Amino acid sequence: MSQVVLQLQNIHKKFPGVHALKGVNFTLRAGEIHALLGENGAGKSTLIKVMTGVYQRDDGDILLNNQAIFPNNTGDAQALGISTVYQEVNLLPNLTVAQNIYLGREPRRFGLINWTKVNQDAAQLLKGYDLDIDVTQPLSSYSIAVQQLIAIARGVDMSAKVLILDEPTASLDADEVQTLFRIMRDLKARGIGIVFVTHFLDQVYAVTDRITILRSAQLVGEFETATLSRAELIGHMLGKELAALGEHKPQAHATSGDALLSVQAISRQATLSPTDIAVSKGEVVGLAGLLGSGRTELCRLIFGVDKKHSGNVTFHGQPVNFSSPRDAIIAGMGLCPEDRKHDGILGQLSIRENIILARQVKQGWWKFISRKEQEEIANNFVKELSVATSDIEKPIEQLSGGNQQKVILARWLAANPSLLILDEPTRGIDIGAHAEIIRLIRKLCDQGLALIVASSELEELVAFSNKVVVLRDRQKVTELTGDEINPQRIMQAIAAH
Amino acid sequence: MLNRKFIPLTITCCLFFLLFGIGSVQFEGFGSTQVFFNLFSDNAFLIIAAVGMTFVILSGGIDLSVGAVIALTGVVCSVLISRYQLHPLIVFPIVLIGGTIFGAIMGAIIHYYKMQPFIVTLAGMFFARGLASVISEESIPIEHEFYNQVSAFGFEVLGGAWIGSSTIICLVVLVIAIITAHYTRFGGRVYAIGGDANSAALMGIPLAQTTIRIYAISAFLASLAGIVYSFYTFSGYSLAAVGVELDAIAAVVIGGTLLTGGYGYMFGTLMGVLIMGVVQTYISFDGTLSSWWTKIVIGLLLFCFIALQQLLIKTTPR
Ligand SMILES: Nc1ncnc2c1ncn2[C@@H]1O[C@H](COP(=O)(O)OP(=O)(O)OP(=O)(O)O)[C@@H](O)[C@H]1O
Ligand SMILES: [Mg+2]
Repeated sequence: MSQVVLQLQNIHKKFPGVHALKGVNFTLRAGEIHALLGENGAGKSTLIKVMTGVYQRDDGDILLNNQAIFPNNTGDAQALGISTVYQEVNLLPNLTVAQNIYLGREPRRFGLINWTKVNQDAAQLLKGYDLDIDVTQPLSSYSIAVQQLIAIARGVDMSAKVLILDEPTASLDADEVQTLFRIMRDLKARGIGIVFVTHFLDQVYAVTDRITILRSAQLVGEFETATLSRAELIGHMLGKELAALGEHKPQAHATSGDALLSVQAISRQATLSPTDIAVSKGEVVGLAGLLGSGRTELCRLIFGVDKKHSGNVTFHGQPVNFSSPRDAIIAGMGLCPEDRKHDGILGQLSIRENIILARQVKQGWWKFISRKEQEEIANNFVKELSVATSDIEKPIEQLSGGNQQKVILARWLAANPSLLILDEPTRGIDIGAHAEIIRLIRKLCDQGLALIVASSELEELVAFSNKVVVLRDRQKVTELTGDEINPQRIMQAIAAH
Repeated sequence: MLNRKFIPLTITCCLFFLLFGIGSVQFEGFGSTQVFFNLFSDNAFLIIAAVGMTFVILSGGIDLSVGAVIALTGVVCSVLISRYQLHPLIVFPIVLIGGTIFGAIMGAIIHYYKMQPFIVTLAGMFFARGLASVISEESIPIEHEFYNQVSAFGFEVLGGAWIGSSTIICLVVLVIAIITAHYTRFGGRVYAIGGDANSAALMGIPLAQTTIRIYAISAFLASLAGIVYSFYTFSGYSLAAVGVELDAIAAVVIGGTLLTGGYGYMFGTLMGVLIMGVVQTYISFDGTLSSWWTKIVIGLLLFCFIALQQLLIKTTPR
C-alpha cells in the first residue's frame, strides 16, 4: 500500500448552533483517488475547508507526510502542496481567464509579469481540457461550466502533493467529465493524492480507489471502491436502504395538450440562432445539449433576462414581450438559474426571505406577505425538500451547497408559476433528495405546472420529460418525443454531425 | 472593435483633448506646452494622492484620511525643519515612514476587525487632522535653503516649458504605480480583492498582507503628496488640503475606475486629474467666471461618469 500523504484525526468543527464535524478521521494516500461522499449537509465541504485552513478546527490533528500542519488560509495550504477547487466556482469575474489561472503565481521576467507567457501558457493549459477559448477575455463572459473547467485547470496545475475537488463535475457534461477523469488518472500516476467529492455514483465507480462516507457530521467508514456495492454505498450514505428511495425511473405522465407557451424563431445575435419551442400545460420539456449549445441562453431569452433580437413568444394564448424577469414573474413564469452563487442566492438573507422572494415580487411589494404566512411557506418547503437546517432564519450562505440549491428551487415553487424553467435544477443535490425532487416535480405537473428543464444529466431528462429538445451549436437540431426519449437517442442527437 | 473595458478611459482622454482644444482656440496662449506642463506642476500633489487612492479603490476600499495626512505631514515637516532645525532630507524619511505606518495600521484594523474602510479611514482622518492641530493651530512657515533649491530645480523642454521638481516627482510616482498595478503580482492581488475578496482568499491570495500594503501605500503617497504640497506653500498648516481626498476620489472615478473595485487603470487617474486641471485653467483664462464653476463642472462630470459606468455594467454581454 502506498504511503499516506494526508491524515486527519478526530476532527471537530462547530459553527454556532451546528456541530458540523464530530470526530472525523480521513486518510489520503499518495497516488490514489479518494471519494468523499455523503448527503447534502453531511459535512464534506466543511471537512475540506478545515483541511485547507479556511476554517480552523476546534479539535483534532492534520498530518501532512506525518508532520502536523496548521494552515491559516488557502495560501498556506497551497504553499504546503495542497491545491483545492472549492464547491462554488471561486474565480474572479473581473479578471481575464489567463489572469485567473495564474493569479498569485504569474510567470515573471526581470521581476515583472510576463503577460505574453501568461496568456500563452493559459491557452496551452486549457487545450488539455479541449477548451479552445480566448484567454484574454474576462472570466465573466463564459458560462458556468467553462468557468468550472477553468477553476479545475487552475487547481490541477497548482497541485503538488494533494488535489481536492469539491463537486467539480456538478455542471460538466459527459465529455468534459471524461476529460477530467483522464487528467485525474494522470495525476494519480504521478503520485498525487486526490480527494473527489461528488453525488454521481457512476463517477465514483468509474474513477475512485477508495471511499470515505460521512453521515450527519460523523464518519461512517472507509471502504475499497471495488468491494463496496452500490446498494451498500447508498445504505451507508443515507442510513436507510435504497428501496426507501422508491421508483428509480418513473415514466413520464400524459399531458392535457393545452398549449401554454409557444416560442417562434426566438434568437439573439451571437448567442442563439432562431429556435422554436412549445410547451403545453402539465408538460415537461427537456433541453439537452453540450456546454455552449445554447441551453442556458434559450432559458434566459424566454424569461426576458437577455433581450431577444427576433422572435415571438405567446404565453397563455397572449403575445408577450418581457423586457425584464420581473415581467415574466408577474406573468407566471419562473427561472431557476444555473449559477446559484451569482444569480441565485442572496447570501446574507435568511432561508425564509430567500424562499418568499419570488412570490413577493409576483404579488407586488405593496401586498406584503405576513410574517406568519412567510414562515408557513418556508417551513413547508424546508420539510418537503428536506433542506437540512435547524432553523429557517439562518442566513442561506451557511447552508451546504446542495441545501442552497433546494432553497432556490423552493423559491420558484413558492411563487406558484404556471411555467417553471429550471436550468440544471439538481446540481449538487444528493441522490436521496434527487428522488424527492423528481417526485415533487411530477406531482406538480399533475396539477398543471409546465416545466422546461435544461440538464446535462440524460438520465434525469429521460426520467421526467414528455419531450426533449436537443440543441447543438446554438441552435435546435431536433425534438424527441415518446419512445425516442432514451439516453442513446439523445446522445446521438447531441453528437451527430 | 474597441474593447469595452477601455471605453471610460477613451472617453476621458478624448474629453481632455477636447477641452484643451476648445481652450486653445478660444484663448491666446492656452494651447502651449507651458500650460500643459503647468497642469502637472499645479496638481502634482493631487496626482500623487490620487495614485494612492486608485490602489485603494481598485481593491474595493476607500481612504478618507488622505487630505488630513497631507496636512499632518506639512505640519510635522515645518515643525521639525523650522523649530528643530533638522535638514529636510532627514525629515522627509521620517514623515514618509510615519505615514506608511499610519496607513498600515488602518489597513490592519480594516482586515482583522472586518471593519468598513469608510469608517476606519474616517477615524484616521479625524485623528490625523486632530494631531496636526494639536501640534500647531497656526501656519508654520518653512525657511530652509533646501526648499529654495528644490523650487529652483528643473529643466526646460521643447517649446520652452519649464519642468519643476514636483512634476518630476509626480511623473516618477505615476510610472512606478503603473508598473506596480499592471506588471506585478501585488497589482494582480489588488484587482483580485476588488473583484471578490472571498473568492480571492479561496484562491490563495494573502488578504491580510495585501490589504495592509494597500493602505500603507496610500498613506505613504499621501505623505509624499504632503511634502510636495509644502514645496508650493513653504509652510505647514493643520487646515491645509481640506477635501483633497474627495478631489482624489473624483479623479479616480473620472479616470474610469469603478468605485466598487476591480476595474480601472492607473493611467486613467492621471487623466482624471488633468481634466479637473484643464477645467480650472479654462476658468482662470476666462477670468469672468467664479472659480467655483470648477466644482460644478467636476460634479457634472462625475455624475456623467458614474452613469456611464452603470450603463456599461448593465449592458455587458455575458
Ligand atoms: N459558515 C457556516 N456557518 C454555519 N454553518 C455552516 C457553515 N458552513 C457549513 N455549515 C453547516 O455545516 C453543515 C455541513 O455543511 P457542508 O457544507 O460541509 O455540507 P456538504 O456535505 O458539503 O453538503 P453538500 O453536498 O450540500 O455540498 C451544514 O449543516 C451547514 O449548514
Ligand atoms: Mg459541499
